[in-house]
Amino acid sequence: MTVPLETRADIELDDDDVHELSAEPTRDPSAPGLWIYLLVGVAFGIVLTKGEAISWFRIQEMFRFQGFHMFGIFATALPTAIAGVQLLKRRWRRTLDGAPIVVPPKHLGSGVRYAGGGTIFGLGWALTGACPGPLFALLGSGVTTMAVAIASAMLGTWTYGRLRHRLPH
Amino acid sequence: MPDILLRPWPWYVAGPLIGLFAPLLLWLGNRMFGVSSNLRHLCSAIAPRGIPYLSYDWRREGGWNLAFVAGIVVGGVLAGLIFRNPAPVAIADSTRAALASLGIGDRTGLVPRELFAWSALTTLRGWIAIVGGGFLVGFGTAYAGGCTSGHGISGVANLETPSFIALAGFFAGGLLGTFVLLPLVLGLR
Repeated sequence: MTVPLETRADIELDDDDVHELSAEPTRDPSAPGLWIYLLVGVAFGIVLTKGEAISWFRIQEMFRFQGFHMFGIFATALPTAIAGVQLLKRRWRRTLDGAPIVVPPKHLGSGVRYAGGGTIFGLGWALTGACPGPLFALLGSGVTTMAVAIASAMLGTWTYGRLRHRLPH
Repeated sequence: MPDILLRPWPWYVAGPLIGLFAPLLLWLGNRMFGVSSNLRHLCSAIAPRGIPYLSYDWRREGGWNLAFVAGIVVGGVLAGLIFRNPAPVAIADSTRAALASLGIGDRTGLVPRELFAWSALTTLRGWIAIVGGGFLVGFGTAYAGGCTSGHGISGVANLETPSFIALAGFFAGGLLGTFVLLPLVLGLR
């Protein structure tokens, strides 16, 4: 039996994307429990909030090129992340529990999804002043309407899932 | 409360710390730092029916990340509520003036009350900012396969071409949003 082409493409895409979700195909039973990720999340939430990266005003200042704050954050976060990830991949090569570091590459395809999806997200970023991380940090900070924004973002993700096979990737 | 706990952090403190999370999660358990996947996990938990994109074991794939995002909310409570900076965010005077001319005068919190108070949801502009903006964030990050953290930090840290393209898209959309969409939306009552 032949599988219709569209379905086959869809399966391929889904395989890619599930691999994007977790780099590790099988979990080591000695890998750290969920509580450690909760704690790391707390630290990330504190840094985002105290660094004002969750402020609608700071995002406006950035997109208007009127202040250095957010550019300074990116300009120092990126080299730190690049150095850390490259060091792990090339030198240490092992996770905390000794498993090999595996980073599955992203598939370029036509690139349309990155340019198009990126631009759509950018529009939303300018309106809400928040990307996904800050949406959750703002909720914690007492901006409770962000619960509505998060619900709407979930609806957006769900809608993408629904329309996925019709969109260019 | 000591002032040092309330004060916001300068970019040269926050930036390098933000950059540490991608290598840290990779080292802890081969995890790719990225927040927008959680929107997908939540959808997968709630309404996956008939959608291949959402039909997977979200607990296994996303359990760690949902714990991470729950932590972000707690971090927000600590840094934004309990140890809240009482002073307005110190943005540039030019930004303050530009926003004032668009009708955004409130600067008491991290976000303007004119757009993000519950009462703003009854105005068209508030509804578009919160509901419309949220939808675009969720749709766009799913389509692009990542957000500022997943592409902007993780993907760039792994030197991935798709992530550099996505990052350029984020900024193009942000500029379009700031200079075209936002002035239109703020003109609505």
